[in-house]
Amino acid sequence: MADGKGPGRITTSGLAFGALMAILIVVSLWLFMAKPWWFPTLASVHGAEIDAVFTAVLIVTGIAFVVTQAVLGYFVARYGASGNEKADYWHDNPKGEFFLLTGTALILVVLVFMGQRVWLKYYFSDLPKNAVTVQVTAQQFSWFMHYPGADGKFGRTDLTLVGTSSPANQVGLDDNDPASKDDVVIERDMHVPVNRPVVVRLRSKDVIHSFNLPYQRVKQDAVPGLSIEVPFTPNVAGTYEIACAELCGNNHYKMRGTITVEASEADFEAWLKTKLSERTGD
Amino acid sequence: MTDTHGHQHEGEHDHPQLGFWRKYVFSTDHKVIGIQYLITAMAMAVIGGTLSLLMRLQLGWPHGSFPFLAKLMPKAFDNLGHMDPGFYLSLVTMHGTIMVFFLFTAVLTGGFGNFLIPLQIGARDMAFPFLNALSYWVFLCSCVVIFSALLVEGGAPLGGWTAYAPLSALPLIDPHQGTGMTLWITAIALFTASGLMGGLNYITTILTMRTKGLSMMRLPLTQWSLLITAVLGLLAFPVLLAAAILLVFDRVGGTSFFIPGGIIMGGKLIEHTGGHPLLWQHLFWFFGHPEVYIVILPAMGIASDILSTFCRKPIFSYKMMVYAMAAISGLSFIVWGHHMFVSGMSPFLGSVFTITTLLIAVPSAVKTFNWLGTVWGARIQFTSAGLFSIGFISLFVSGGLSGIFLGTSAADIQLQDTYFVVAHFHLVMAIAPLFAAYAGLYYWFPKMFGRFMNETAGKIHFWASFVGVYCVFFPMHILGIGGQMRRIYDPLNYNFLQPQQILNEFISMSAFFLAAAQILFLVNFFVSIWSGKRVTENNPWKATTLEWETPCPTGHGNFGPELPVVHRWAFDYSPPDAKEDFLPQTAPAVPAARQH
Repeated sequence: MADGKGPGRITTSGLAFGALMAILIVVSLWLFMAKPWWFPTLASVHGAEIDAVFTAVLIVTGIAFVVTQAVLGYFVARYGASGNEKADYWHDNPKGEFFLLTGTALILVVLVFMGQRVWLKYYFSDLPKNAVTVQVTAQQFSWFMHYPGADGKFGRTDLTLVGTSSPANQVGLDDNDPASKDDVVIERDMHVPVNRPVVVRLRSKDVIHSFNLPYQRVKQDAVPGLSIEVPFTPNVAGTYEIACAELCGNNHYKMRGTITVEASEADFEAWLKTKLSERTGD
Repeated sequence: MTDTHGHQHEGEHDHPQLGFWRKYVFSTDHKVIGIQYLITAMAMAVIGGTLSLLMRLQLGWPHGSFPFLAKLMPKAFDNLGHMDPGFYLSLVTMHGTIMVFFLFTAVLTGGFGNFLIPLQIGARDMAFPFLNALSYWVFLCSCVVIFSALLVEGGAPLGGWTAYAPLSALPLIDPHQGTGMTLWITAIALFTASGLMGGLNYITTILTMRTKGLSMMRLPLTQWSLLITAVLGLLAFPVLLAAAILLVFDRVGGTSFFIPGGIIMGGKLIEHTGGHPLLWQHLFWFFGHPEVYIVILPAMGIASDILSTFCRKPIFSYKMMVYAMAAISGLSFIVWGHHMFVSGMSPFLGSVFTITTLLIAVPSAVKTFNWLGTVWGARIQFTSAGLFSIGFISLFVSGGLSGIFLGTSAADIQLQDTYFVVAHFHLVMAIAPLFAAYAGLYYWFPKMFGRFMNETAGKIHFWASFVGVYCVFFPMHILGIGGQMRRIYDPLNYNFLQPQQILNEFISMSAFFLAAAQILFLVNFFVSIWSGKRVTENNPWKATTLEWETPCPTGHGNFGPELPVVHRWAFDYSPPDAKEDFLPQTAPAVPAARQH
């Protein structure tokens, strides 16, 4: 009769399971280290810190993942039943458990601090003074970008004035307000200058949408009844996509826009001027 | 011995012979009700699974044409055979709803809970057998109602299983949000009522009807998990029920709990004013996060017990397992905001919910260490049930770790509402519990039907499923990192998603492979009920717990004239001083050195 000190047996099933764990580990390491597919190329200032938090969590969880799956695979391969040999009879190790528990807790505390440093900096910094402010209104299934124009003042918007005749009319811009005269409202297409802070003032006219700039690491739900300010500083010129990330109805997938980060202030001003002349030319 | 409804020294012979209808259909026997739950939930799983295959068809080949399906479902496809986007979203909604509520909650607590509670605590039935039957019939009604949402004019709702307001609160905003949405709310209300009846019963039974000698700290972990789950259900379900009722008021009563002022619909300002869409999210997730644990805790309990049985080794650190489950359930009520980091909720709350969420990772890690400690030095018997319980550990680890990314609010900004989330919750709260449920079905099948399921088919089912689920759900992390949004009908509409479309194709093909393996299971299950190998002994797996003291299948009244008396804990596997490699809980003479 065995005493639990026997070797156990390496079984086909155990080996197969161990091999699958090995494959899982190798494929995961390839996916997460060789990065054949990865985040859209970073194009904003704060995004670097978000990516860094992701990487820190990836390293910690990656190690935990590899160690746990490897240990599981090894044990399962190693400790198959062998005749009537008995298993070990132990079921407690308070010291070991205390060590693992506090170890896990400490690692998590470090992750909380790293993550919160970035979170608090992003959400609790004062909005930049020289920012370009764009009022973005979401609706099923489009985006309207509202610029204040040369005077820097947004014209009054009134939901009772909303119609469908022009983008300006769709956000309910009040033409009688003098501040409205030089306002520009464009559907689906946003332009901002590079390396200057942008504040998106986000609203929704119907259901919840989510303003997502995958390259700029921006995601914020647009909630009807709320006006939410989203800051970011794009730092790579180019044209990128705007996505809706919150299910908003049957054509949710079509709620696509573009954001062009102009290579200079001058380019941005020129673009704005063209848009204004298009509007006044109407 | 007496239990609460007066079975004084009563055995199965004392129960009157019942006719077919009373015995198998309108039964108050907990075992029949448990099996009714199991089979109903399996039927729902077939529906929910089929819906997911239709989704995978669309996601794998977004511009594909499916004329065959168009003939079957003319309203869901256009004349070129392209799927309708609204139909796709109703698939999303119904798949999620059916799987979360009508499969996982029903199978684990309704099915295994009813079948196992009296058997494992040495009782003859539940405390309230009639309430138990009522709970099943209300559940069945809710299944019929949710299924009918697929058939009504306008189609099933398209707002996702989370039913975010105001999309869910405005019946006229889309044809899908009319009758279909009303039926969805009705089904959920009925389901919560059924869950409350079950929960009351489970708590009362486990607390008051344990047989002599079965102290709380001698309970199998399955029983602990079911008890804690029932408490969670009692606290969480009423919140969902209340939210559903408020939603009905908003839809038909002209109230504005969830509808703010300033909503334009059909080009006109609507009359509602003063509500707040985030209120729905808070109520939903106050229920929704505990719901995750209502699914995963029984899975943990079942997997732990079966793992220990087939490792022939006691569960490592039983007490910590119990404390960890209690800690998880307590914390589960203060983490709901991690679903709402970018919802417009105050970012200050984002910080709070990050801390509570990472706190809940600690007891989850404890459980993982303890499972590894159980396998260490084991003598594993690779039965189908044993394999599924081992697979559970691997899947729980894979799904659990990605939760740390999502719980870290800063990292969540990029990952929220992407396939990273889909990968996370499928692995941790759908696939891992599915594996635990399969382990349970292979394991307790002899006790339910007096026959074994076919082991060869069971093992093929395991290996195919284990490879299949990793091929389906692991690449979804990468899709999410690449930015693919959830609930998107056509990812190719975005340029930045096009390079990773090959992953979508791979996932879809894997999903069809995975589904084929599940058909093998269904065939094995139903064929084995009638023609599986007969079980000739009470305890074919040489397990310790009380249900194995009864014949296979167990008769009405469960135990003989005398209820069993318990002398030890549920995990005496391979005790050094015993002749066999296990001691049942009823074995007397506890050596002083090993008392529990």
